[in-house]
Amino acid sequence: MEWARLQALPQPLTPRDRLAIPCQEMPAQESLARAQNMQEVTLGYSDEQARVEAERCLQCRNAPCVQGCPVRIQIPQFIAALAAGNPARAIAIIRETSLLPAVCGRVCPQEMQCQAHCTVGKSLKSVDQAVAIGRLERYAADWERTHGAVSPPVVAPATGKKVAVVGSGPAGITVAADVRRAGHEVVLFEAFHKAGGVLVYGIPEFRLPKTIVQAELDALQQMGVTIRTNFVVGRTRKITDLITKDGFDAVFVGSGAGLPKFMEIEGENLVGVYSANEYLTRSNLMKAYDRERAETPIPSARRVAVLGGGNVAMDAARTALRLGAQEVHLIYRRTEVEMPARAEEVRHAKEEGVRIHVLQNAKRILGANGHVTGIECLRHELGDPDSSGRRRSMVIPDSEFQLPIEAVIVAIGNQSNPLIKQTTEGLDVDQWGRIVTDQQGHTSLPNVFAGGDIVLGTATVILAMGEGRRAAAAINEMLQQENSAGVPARHS
Amino acid sequence: MNQILFKEQLSPDVYRLRVRAPLIAEERQPGQFVILQLDTEYGERIPLTIADADTEEGSITLIVQAVGKSTILLGQMPVGGRIANLVGPLGRPTHIEKVGRVVCVGGGIGVAPLYPIAQGMKKAGNHLTVVIGARTKDLMILEQEMRALADEVLICTDDGTYGHHGLVTAPLKELCAGAPKPDLVVAIGPPLMMKFCAETTKPYGVPTVVSLNSIMIDGTGMCGGCRVTVGGKTKFVCVDGPEFDGHQVDFDQLIQRLGSYRKQETIAADGCHLHTEAKKKGLVE
Ligand SMILES: Cc1cc2nc3c(=O)[nH]c(=O)nc-3n(C[C@H](O)[C@H](O)[C@H](O)COP(=O)(O)OP(=O)(O)OC[C@H]3O[C@@H](n4cnc5c(N)ncnc54)[C@H](O)[C@@H]3O)c2cc1C
Ligand code: SF4
Ligand code: FES
Repeated sequence: MEWARLQALPQPLTPRDRLAIPCQEMPAQESLARAQNMQEVTLGYSDEQARVEAERCLQCRNAPCVQGCPVRIQIPQFIAALAAGNPARAIAIIRETSLLPAVCGRVCPQEMQCQAHCTVGKSLKSVDQAVAIGRLERYAADWERTHGAVSPPVVAPATGKKVAVVGSGPAGITVAADVRRAGHEVVLFEAFHKAGGVLVYGIPEFRLPKTIVQAELDALQQMGVTIRTNFVVGRTRKITDLITKDGFDAVFVGSGAGLPKFMEIEGENLVGVYSANEYLTRSNLMKAYDRERAETPIPSARRVAVLGGGNVAMDAARTALRLGAQEVHLIYRRTEVEMPARAEEVRHAKEEGVRIHVLQNAKRILGANGHVTGIECLRHELGDPDSSGRRRSMVIPDSEFQLPIEAVIVAIGNQSNPLIKQTTEGLDVDQWGRIVTDQQGHTSLPNVFAGGDIVLGTATVILAMGEGRRAAAAINEMLQQENSAGVPARHS
Repeated sequence: MNQILFKEQLSPDVYRLRVRAPLIAEERQPGQFVILQLDTEYGERIPLTIADADTEEGSITLIVQAVGKSTILLGQMPVGGRIANLVGPLGRPTHIEKVGRVVCVGGGIGVAPLYPIAQGMKKAGNHLTVVIGARTKDLMILEQEMRALADEVLICTDDGTYGHHGLVTAPLKELCAGAPKPDLVVAIGPPLMMKFCAETTKPYGVPTVVSLNSIMIDGTGMCGGCRVTVGGKTKFVCVDGPEFDGHQVDFDQLIQRLGSYRKQETIAADGCHLHTEAKKKGLVE
């Protein structure tokens, strides 16, 4: 309908016409129905919706949106291709800079990145009214996959060099692809029995279908990347041994954050208290939602509390609903404005029935016979901004109250997993255990690079990918120098 | 990789398996474990201590008590069968040094993980006493292996069918009260046994190391499902352990956390037993 209206207007459309086009809502499963199933919540634009949304773009010459994109996708260009009805061209433009468009289109916090800068959103005085760049990116990537249009990138002739990639999350996947393209042999090592990192064990199916991640992994294998699961670098083999004994010319460490933080309050080790990592891994990787078949269970709980306000907390809360909880209480110590979660996730969580309690925090977890029976919280208020600019959350004294609860999920973030550091002599980390690198991803050890959450702390998929691309470029450059010099020119 | 090279039944429910895993065999040290999974889609991930390794054959030895669904299935796997997923070695190795007199106490299946530690302690030049406990004579494992190794072996059975009639804590107490008293006790077995061993040695001030067998998923410190309280602090068994100071471990909490999934696991195991029974009767494939 809207498309027909637009075509009836005098062409080309004026900026005024474009600003008048309503932002296209993405179809989604009905909220109560979807809270009972694991299928993807949002369904993606129709062809027509995508063209209408693409017509909203003003094709700004200065493209402020591109500045907001961590990998600088040529946003106006790909949107123009979609408006012209050419999704093949659109995805080709996206793929020049992004390796995981179907993933990023779904999980990037666009309202804080590209869409935050969009002229349309600014003109209409709401970031919600910005061009839906993420949905368009997803549309183009899904079009490519469902039309069998994905062609694995061309691989350069073999160079005889060998690169080990540790961890198969977005950082590792990116490095594997970019390094393999340059003709180097690549082995991707993963500790778990399945590759994909947080995309597989953390982010739930209803937000990121696993078939999408699998398609990316399949593409890597088609390019000739070897994926070795069940391999814990540092334990099964040390990084230094990979280089000295196994003949790898370079190692990239993309092992993620992966060490859950706890509140360090009374009752946290009671039965029924989980880290979000444990809860989500049980559900996603070990498939606990399939109660008939899964051998790794999540005992049912009627009333669940989730502590935290990020994407991880939202994912845990929404998973708890799908596992049959009747009440899910999400407890966050600041207000919704400060919540780090994607706006869409907060909205979806509320629609599905998650009860969000702001300005509260857990003081202790109550139990009987070793099992959780409730939670005691304190009310908070907002004070002055802290060093990060977020307003401080301050306890209101004597404001304790209790909620009866059967399970608690702690989703207050991750620290860096120390395993690689402990088993790799000479690898420098900072006071938080994050591996120290320069701009190109070089670590303190020659020929060892790092990127993603193990360097940034908990970050995002797109930042992990961006880091991966830079490190891959540095690895390729180093190996090319070695080859042209004829001798290994070890980087230090 | 991961083929079962050899299989032997040690007691009605206990199997010794040698599994091809050259890299793990090369890297493993006493005290470390593997995690295995039999079905990549739905299977549970279970930790098992590495009882021995042969770098020449490229194999590790696992001693498995068929108690849950996966371990029952594992016991039924034929030689040549392949374990879908096997990862390791995980955990911190045992700290082995010459301290003087070491007493190794093993209860039930705990004798298996104890074996490489006893080997290491002896090799380091310690005087080694081994105390083995079992419910009944038929359930005793690795007695000959331990006899070949130790300076002294003491046997206890709960029902008196073999050795001392009673629990391992009785001879342990005598050893602690005697002179010279032990410089170190290593106790591995059911949580309750380790708890009582730690309580036994405490009044004598004998340092006591225990090896905890909590529920695990990843085994790399990522999930926190394996956590226990040690000395008032939360520790992750898979990366901070599996060995801890027995006098500091909150055993009651460990036991509760281990029991937390018991209902589901027994159901899975029962289902499996039923399947085995049905199979015997030719009712199912
Ligand atoms: C529940 C959840 C929801 C999230 N939602 C979003 C979102 O909506 N949007 C967004 O942008 N970001 C989101 N994030 C963050 C994002 O997923 C991470 O920033 C990103 O995955 C980091 O990528 P990575 O490649 O650095 O590490 P990871 O994805 O963590 O991958 C690391 C991999 O390395 C493996 N590994 C670790 N140690 C070893 C070792 N020693 N040997 C071999 N393998 C090893 C791990 O098993 C893992 O598979 C979310 C995170 C979580 C947990
Ligand atoms: S800022 Fe918005 S309107 Fe301008 S080019 Fe980017 S997406 Fe289009
Ligand atoms: S098993 Fe997951 S942290 Fe130990």
